[in-house]
Amino acid sequence: LVFTEEDTYGLYSNLVFKYFLAEGVVCGHDLFVASAKEHPDNILKELPAPLLDDTYGKELGDEAAALKSGDFQDSMKIAWRYQNLPKMEASPTTYTKFGHYYDVSKKMSPELCRSVKWHSFYLHEESSLEPRMKAWSMNSGYARLLQSIQKIISQEGFDGSDPQKKQRNVLRIGIQSLGSVLWGDDICCSDTPEDPHSLTKFLYALRGLLRKSLSACIITVPAHLIQNKAIMERVTNLSDVVVGLESFIGSERETNPLYKDYHGKFHL
Amino acid sequence: QGKFTLLRDTRTDGSFLVHHFLSFYLRAGCKVCFVALLQSFSHYSIVAQKLGVSLAAAKERGQLVFLEGLKSCLDLLFGEEEQPGQPSPLQFLSTSDLRALFDLVRMSLTPTDGDSWKGPVLLVDDLSVLLSLGAAPVAVLDFIHYCRVAVCCQLQGNIVVLVHSNEDSEDEENELVVNSLCHHSDLILWAEGLATGFCKDVHGQIKIIQRLSLRQAAEQDLVQIYQYKIQDRNVTFFARGLSAAVL
Repeated sequence: LVFTEEDTYGLYSNLVFKYFLAEGVVCGHDLFVASAKEHPDNILKELPAPLLDDTYGKELGDEAAALKSGDFQDSMKIAWRYQNLPKMEASPTTYTKFGHYYDVSKKMSPELCRSVKWHSFYLHEESSLEPRMKAWSMNSGYARLLQSIQKIISQEGFDGSDPQKKQRNVLRIGIQSLGSVLWGDDICCSDTPEDPHSLTKFLYALRGLLRKSLSACIITVPAHLIQNKAIMERVTNLSDVVVGLESFIGSERETNPLYKDYHGKFHL
Repeated sequence: QGKFTLLRDTRTDGSFLVHHFLSFYLRAGCKVCFVALLQSFSHYSIVAQKLGVSLAAAKERGQLVFLEGLKSCLDLLFGEEEQPGQPSPLQFLSTSDLRALFDLVRMSLTPTDGDSWKGPVLLVDDLSVLLSLGAAPVAVLDFIHYCRVAVCCQLQGNIVVLVHSNEDSEDEENELVVNSLCHHSDLILWAEGLATGFCKDVHGQIKIIQRLSLRQAAEQDLVQIYQYKIQDRNVTFFARGLSAAVL
């Protein structure tokens, strides 16, 4: 469970979020995208295009040659290395290479996007709460999301419940801006929220689902807006990896000469 | 016998202590009730195997009662309607009532006829999660108190509990629970990350506090501090500043 604290304007966390999903497309994993802010269809249209992995070495060579010749394309290439998190069973296929390179200035081609199966959850389009979920005493937005994820995991057999399925795949779940007001939770608005345990209960149940199935999840949260720091501490304890993004936009550090080559800080 | 050990971690992960105690007590032939809230069964199983103990076999022969919190939570949320006579031990998720959890602990550690295990042991990983799941701090302290009476006093068994704490923590409820437990523990093992940050050869520092003042009025607590490095199958302890890398 990768937990990302958003930077103030959400620019870089959005980038990290899209990289996670793009890597899923390139590796052929199934995707599940949930948001209360942007429609998942739009998020998927904006994924960065991968550099063809067989030729990335050649691409860098080309890049170096282009630099020398002076027609340098203004594109940002970032190397992204991380590992899929195997849960109950080890991954059935071993990857010879971890990570791919992406070109942020270009969008992923629609054919590549369509090559994987993806599921979406857009809070404002979802049906209302089932009666039994009221007993969970959790925020209804989170409860519906949990229900949706669990349904996909069991229907598509990510938890190994379908013995017929020989080819087991990984599900990558991306949840955007959890905890924000758009999900119906007031932890970003007040110091003493109405239900401070909703988010942590949701994360605990999500952790259970991830451990039970072949899935990995990234969540972005506007941590700078959450008034009650105790919640952030508890959330940190419930996650496997916590990434904090602190961008320099709009802060005094932007003009500090020490940081002039950087756009922000990455806390792991 | 009848001891309450508190495992505490700050700025680092103290779960290596949990794995140690789990395999230690199983190898000693004790009956263990493990309330595992943070990780899955297979996680503990894999580590225990490295330490030479098979959790599945222990479960099979009735020596280990394993409550897998994550799995019980999913069963509670997505499973069938529960039978009226058998409340789920995690029902405090909806009712904030830890009694069902206590009943599970008591029932699993009360010796039955034909049981030949030495002393019962309750192991909890970790208590701070209960607060995240909606239990009030007083309820958590009550739960521990009831467990102490049942396990330490009545059954002469031991309890080992892991909690997290942070310096300058803003989580007042957690600090309340941790401080209260510190006052009532016989032994505190406090694993701290180094103040200077990450180091390859020294993973952290452990403070061992034997609370002699609890039992004898005029005694002072004995505090020992070591640094440690976690390896694949064991942990090496050494005096501060004397790690193998330095010598």
